[in-house]
Parts: sequence; structure tokens; C-alpha cells
Amino acid sequence: MLAFEFPKINALLRWKDLFESFNKIALISVLAAVIGSLIFVLAGRKDPKVAPTGVRNLAETSVEFIENGIVMQTMGKEGMGWTPFLLSLFIFIYLCNLPGIIPVLQMPATARIALPMFLSLLVWVIYNGVGMKHQGVVGYFKSTLFPPGVPKALYILVTPIEFISNIIVRPFSLTVRLFANMLAGHILLVTFALLSESLFQATTNQIALVPMGILPFFMLVFLTAFEVLVGFLQAYIFTILTAVYIGGAAHPEH
Amino acid sequence: MEAMSRLVQELTADEAKAANAAIGAGFAYGIAAIGPGIGIGYLVGKSVEAMARQPEAAGMVRTTMFLGIAFTEALALIGFVVFILIGL
Repeated sequence: MLAFEFPKINALLRWKDLFESFNKIALISVLAAVIGSLIFVLAGRKDPKVAPTGVRNLAETSVEFIENGIVMQTMGKEGMGWTPFLLSLFIFIYLCNLPGIIPVLQMPATARIALPMFLSLLVWVIYNGVGMKHQGVVGYFKSTLFPPGVPKALYILVTPIEFISNIIVRPFSLTVRLFANMLAGHILLVTFALLSESLFQATTNQIALVPMGILPFFMLVFLTAFEVLVGFLQAYIFTILTAVYIGGAAHPEH
Repeated sequence: MEAMSRLVQELTADEAKAANAAIGAGFAYGIAAIGPGIGIGYLVGKSVEAMARQPEAAGMVRTTMFLGIAFTEALALIGFVVFILIGL
């Protein structure tokens, strides 16, 4: 019989402290912040008049991606001022997701709920603040809680729903989407890695079981490639939803 | 054989609770995945149809598609979180 026992969730997600109250997750998020800023500082020091090379190419591509792929699609031309915020959000989340597939680190920092929760609370504060700034406190709550064009009697039903969906569920779903996607990917990789390991080390029926270990191993390789895509897509979705929320708070008519 | 004889034995209260939690966790994720599965399939299918009919609007359709997927997928992911919370 195969001795395959799945480890407890804490064994997958809780890491030893490197030193007092600083573990691998904190290391990865610090690295993501430092590397992300470093790329753009280095790119900013290059001569802007010559054709871009190396790190500046990367920086220009990502700025263009944020401008054309996210800001123009959701907020239009007047939202261009939000590019720096959205860009740093995108780069930070992407660099936090990426260690999930880097062999030595093997842990996306966003698979712990603290980081996504903090980021989405930040987004929550920002889009509510933007709404209050652009429409006034009363005007903002009036346009979000009492959408125009609804018969008066229906407001009893519509207002609580709008309140829950705009104020409470948005940051919650933003958190859970990023966190659960990365956690699910991490657990999938762990499952297939452990499965192929225990098949390769089977003690009984070796002739049948050991060659079979190649199947979960192929699945592991395929899922690692899939995680590259997921990490990018989740960073993109988090950023584009932020842009949509900010745009919606600033201009309620679209 | 040992496992078989173990199955016949009476479970203690804690073991029965753990077993029920495991069954509940499986159902929580499985049922939560039905709706979003149908939804995402329908959404992506319609988007591909739109892109094939009007390739020049593909960029806009793709952005909206990802937004829709993000909203639909959230339900399945909440099911996954519940699965983790009660199952492990």
C-alpha cells in the first residue's frame, strides 16, 4: 500500500522565522518591493534620448501596458494620473506572485491573506476617498446607494443590496480572489510534487508504481507553466478592478 | 486488512466529527464550482464568438471578458476558502 499522507495546511504555509518576526513571506514581499523599485530607478537613470535597451525597455513596456491595457480601457484619458499607482500595484503583486514558481523560494507571498487584505483595504480607502472628493460625501453616497432611474418603492430593496455589494463585498472579493487563486495554485503544486515523490519511492509493487510516477511529474511541469499565467492574470485582474472601482467612484455615470 | 477492520469499528465522537467535516468540505467546494463553471464557460464562449465576428473589437471584448471572469470566479474561490476552513 502507498504511504501517502497529505501534510497539514500549516506545514505548507508556515515558515520558520529567519530572525525574530521575519519569515520567508516577509522576505519575498520586501524583495518584491525592492526589486520593483530598483527596475524603475535604474530605468529612469538611462539617457531618454537614445533608443531604450535592457531594463528601460522592460519599464517602458510595462508602463505602456498599464496605460493602454488598463487605464485607457476603464477610465479613459482623464484617468492617466492614476498610472503610477496602478503600475506600482501591478508590479508589486506580480513580483509577489512570481516566487510561487521560482525553484528555491516556491511560495507566492500573496498566498497568505495578510498581503492581499492590506492591498484591498488600501484600494477600498482610495476609491471611497476619490468618490467623496469628486462628488462630495453626500453626493457619493447618494449616487452609490440610490442609483438613478429606479422606481422609488424599490429603494427599500436596492439600497441595502448596493450598500453590501459596493462597500462590503468589494474589498472582500478582491482579497479572496487574489489570495485563494495563489493558495490553490500552491496547494496543487504541492499535491503533485508529493504524489510523484511517493510514487517514485514506493516500496511495494515497484514495477507498476515507479514508472507511474512520471505522470504526476508531467502534470507538475504543466501546472508550473500554468502558474506563470495565473500569477500574471491575477495581478492584471487586481489592477484592472482597482481601475474600474476608482473610475466608477470618480464618474458615476459610466 | 487493518484498514478494513478499522472501518468496522465504532468511530469516536471526534473522529466522526472530522469525517463529517471532510465530507462537508468536499461538498462545499464541489457545489460551489458548478455555477461558476457554467458561468465562465458561457462567458468565454460568447466572448470568443464576439471576437470571431468582430476581430477589430477583440481588445475591448477581452478586457470585459476578464472582468466578467473575475466576478464569476470569486464565487468558486469563496467555496475553495470554505473548503480549506472546514476541511483541513
